[in-house]
Amino acid sequence: MTQASVITDEMRAAIGRESAPVTYEVDNTGCRQFARAVGYTDPIFYDEPAAKAKGYRGIVAPPGFLGHPVAVPGRGAPRGPEALGLNVPYKRILNGGTDIEYLDDVCAGDMLTATSRLADLNEREGRMGPMLIVETETTFRNQAGKIVAIMRGTAIRY
Amino acid sequence: MTQIYFEDTREGQEITTLVQNCDSQRLVFWAAGSGDYYQIHYDKDFAQRTGLPERIVHGALKHALLGRMLHEWMGEQGRVRRLACQYRGMDMIDKDVTCKGVVTGKRKEGGQALVELEVWTEDPQGSKTTPGTATVSLPSRGD
Repeated sequence: MTQASVITDEMRAAIGRESAPVTYEVDNTGCRQFARAVGYTDPIFYDEPAAKAKGYRGIVAPPGFLGHPVAVPGRGAPRGPEALGLNVPYKRILNGGTDIEYLDDVCAGDMLTATSRLADLNEREGRMGPMLIVETETTFRNQAGKIVAIMRGTAIRY
Repeated sequence: MTQIYFEDTREGQEITTLVQNCDSQRLVFWAAGSGDYYQIHYDKDFAQRTGLPERIVHGALKHALLGRMLHEWMGEQGRVRRLACQYRGMDMIDKDVTCKGVVTGKRKEGGQALVELEVWTEDPQGSKTTPGTATVSLPSRGD
């Protein structure tokens, strides 16, 4: 039996909607911690003089790292699909995919402004039951207003 | 790191493989480094209550490992321009994640020497758990 859609008219209307901007801080420690987690040994991800000697402005943010959100509990804009007006009826979440396009270097000292857009909503029957596939597109601009990265993400809610 | 030049690449070329074991310490490093503290990656009871057999490797960590594979293959003058992957299969804690890539095309565009690749991760059984594509820019000897 086909299950009724969980995508309401209200959710469908949220497609294309843009979130309030969120600030992401790219700092020395954040770059190092991310680089260590991935197992990098190249000093450009750890040491400022080494990064500058290779022509970078500062310690390099490894691919996949776009800083940490500047968040104060109880204040500021919420993140994720809920920030885009989505009321998802599933509690569990899996990451379906990541697509990051880089238009410029990201280095420690950068303050990025990210705005997300709900790109699409789809439903599928998976191994673990009905799933809602949420596609988002987030644009990151640096302190000079230049777009440095566009991240397209797929979240699976089930 | 050895520097790879645009002219050194050819379609069908396999790039240097990266193998990374993903034990609980690695996943906790990643939770801190990425800010993803979802318990399915480090709390076995929690993971099993959500229906998973075990704690699983973060998808985004596999994306980042593919990025490291590209960085270490290219050398310092290379840049990742785009890296996309899909988390099709789960990788379980304590297992090796093997990152691989093959050159699928090359072109010069807007003053950049670009190389396209198919990239993926394999689990210990050799199944592709994370298929993806990448675009990198390399230095050119012709410049």
